[in-house]
Amino acid sequence: MSSTLQRPGRIRDRAIRLVEAATTPLLPADYLDLFAPLRPGAELRGRIVEVHPETADAATIVIRPGADWAGHVPGQYTRVGIDVDGVRHFRAYSLTHGPRKDGNISITVKAVADGVVSRHLVHDRPVGSIVHLEQASGEFVLPERAPGETTKFLMVTAGSGVTPVIGMLRNLFPVADSGVVRLERSADYDIVVVHVAPSEPDSIFLDDLKALDAAGMIRLIARYDDVHGVLDVNDIKSLVPDLAERTTLACGPSGLLDALSEHHEKHGLDLVVEQFRVARVEPGEGGTLRFEKRDRELVVDGATTILDAAEDAGLLMRSGCRMGLCQGCLVPMTEGTVRDLRNGQLTTAIPGESGTVKVQTCINTAAGPCHFDH
Amino acid sequence: MTVIQKKSDNPIAHLSKQQIEELGNELDAIRQEIIDSRGASDAAYIRKVIKTQRYLEMSSRGVLLFSVFPPAWVLGTLGLSVSKILENMEIGHNILHGQWDWMRDPKIHSSTWEWDNVTPSEAWKHSHNEVHHTFTNIVGKDNDLGYGIMRVDEDQKWHPFYIAQPAWNFINACFFQYGIAAYDLELGKNLTRPKDKRPEDFDEQVKAVLTKIRKHMTRDYVIHPVLSIPTGSFLPTIGANLVANWARNMWSHSVIMCGHFPEGVETFEKEMLDDDETRGDWYLRQMLGSANISGSKAMHIMTGNLSHQIEHHLFPDLPSNRYAEAAVKVKELFAKYDLNYHEASLPAQVYSAWHKVVRLSLPNGWLETTTIKNAPQQLGVLAKMVTGNRRTRRLLQRHLDSKAAKVTRTERDAVVKAA
Repeated sequence: MSSTLQRPGRIRDRAIRLVEAATTPLLPADYLDLFAPLRPGAELRGRIVEVHPETADAATIVIRPGADWAGHVPGQYTRVGIDVDGVRHFRAYSLTHGPRKDGNISITVKAVADGVVSRHLVHDRPVGSIVHLEQASGEFVLPERAPGETTKFLMVTAGSGVTPVIGMLRNLFPVADSGVVRLERSADYDIVVVHVAPSEPDSIFLDDLKALDAAGMIRLIARYDDVHGVLDVNDIKSLVPDLAERTTLACGPSGLLDALSEHHEKHGLDLVVEQFRVARVEPGEGGTLRFEKRDRELVVDGATTILDAAEDAGLLMRSGCRMGLCQGCLVPMTEGTVRDLRNGQLTTAIPGESGTVKVQTCINTAAGPCHFDH
Repeated sequence: MTVIQKKSDNPIAHLSKQQIEELGNELDAIRQEIIDSRGASDAAYIRKVIKTQRYLEMSSRGVLLFSVFPPAWVLGTLGLSVSKILENMEIGHNILHGQWDWMRDPKIHSSTWEWDNVTPSEAWKHSHNEVHHTFTNIVGKDNDLGYGIMRVDEDQKWHPFYIAQPAWNFINACFFQYGIAAYDLELGKNLTRPKDKRPEDFDEQVKAVLTKIRKHMTRDYVIHPVLSIPTGSFLPTIGANLVANWARNMWSHSVIMCGHFPEGVETFEKEMLDDDETRGDWYLRQMLGSANISGSKAMHIMTGNLSHQIEHHLFPDLPSNRYAEAAVKVKELFAKYDLNYHEASLPAQVYSAWHKVVRLSLPNGWLETTTIKNAPQQLGVLAKMVTGNRRTRRLLQRHLDSKAAKVTRTERDAVVKAA
């Protein structure tokens, strides 16, 4: 690189160092955050601008993201950090609008019985609160397609698994005051949605799905456990006769997804899944967690995750979806064995052999003594 | 003050092992109650204090850009002093104790916080949180007790060196942050050792302190003064920073002296810390080894709530804004178990602590046996003890001890007669 190109960078670096020298031991950002938490260059944050109820226990949270928000693809999720009762919690939520004109993003949250964060967002409606964000990520998006190609999809959603699908549908078929907008780019889509919920009033986004169905944009097949009985995946073929021509996108609890995987594998069908609730295996013995950098040792039982145990002990941990999806909680394990609470799988790090192994703390627990470089 | 085990009227003799255990359980219950009710209002409190301090620092430094004008100098210096005190006491000290770790905010966490003090957070957490808070007031174990340069207990053998300790103490107060850094590094001990006998990371630690000193000096005495040049305020801004740092040092030194030095605060023998020190025993040592300062809410905040030193030592990792509430219940427990809750106003505690520093700079018994009449003679004894060899000191000390015993006896007789 020529020196003329280097100079502005160097001057800028020097200027930054000078300002840092004036604010030490704090950083200039610590002062700027007082005035402009959403400015460019700040840690990614957002401000809740609206909480819009969807059902009695679900709401859409509209967030004004910080200037550095890089946008998202419908179907992706973001990690949201929010303080509830003074304690910061991170959760992953699907983004329920495609990119919006006003630049805001939204997540839709269903308040679950023991959900600290979801209950706070839905019931306390913390409008004006600052939340911590991470850039959107996730592979559960509409598959790319060649122009002009007709694309047939089946979307199977259960409970709050509907949220990423709503994100995709809203992007394809925006709803204006005048009704559903017909976009040319969406004309070729042929989408069937099979939506499963315990009962009709429990269904979030049902109105959206019904409106899209009424406008002829999608075909909605709603299945309520209390009316139709629990869905058997083998019945899907009769509900959607052209199943074989469609790519299935499914999002919901693991029981449904496992059954669908088996079914689709047997019939050689395409399937993209996103799991939303973690199923857990029987706990093991547990063990000890040694965090070298913090010089702390904890004892954990076989049913508590490393993340929960460490957080309860006051350690600062990275976390994300808390269900094993986003890799936001990876910590390097130098020695020891951990057990995956979803399937009982063991991961072992042996110094000099496997070397350091990064483990997801949100779905693993100790299986014996574990050492972490954290 | 004498170590508690040697006292004729041992203040814990009336407590059985079982009572001490019950006391421990009751204190655990107070602690749990506060942990269970920590929440949004506590989080809002610390964020508000941090925000206030940052605004105060920025505006004070802004005003000091015009410090050539006397009112601006006074206002800016006052603001900067208060800001530095808040930053060290209510914010830095308490965050580094892990009092706010439960919020899981990486910006307000003991593992990430760095403070405006030349001792790096990491080093201070070890010497303060682990050593001082565990071995509180144990003679020979707790370096805070006299910082290794002072005699703060009768049981520490008197040496002529100590005659000047009021002066040491004042100098230490003026440069307190450097004093803390020096004693965290155990400079006195380590510099006299051969290099290979020093702790492995000694050089590294010294370097970390020097780096911080350089950064803080650059900030206070170069960058901000240079920024003040346009108004001709270079020198006044240097002066303002000097005064603010001095004021912060004096204030924190005073508050910390009040925590453990006032007359009547107990000290303990190394041997008492045996392996079977129970949680109750530990609590009891914290209760008797600390002293509180009474005063207004603003005073409590400015001391970083170390005015609730007893509560802080019982529950060092609970949020400081909750100590006042804990104090009410802790005080009831002191009464219930017939213990002395040591509490007085700031001037009274500062006086008491200084009185002890002066008293113990003199050999045991000297002050008690000195009257206006025999003062010249006593000064002669003192001069001989200061200049004399070990044998002279021993002999004169024996003489002082027997004289002091006689004085005590006469006083007792006088009391009996009067009765």
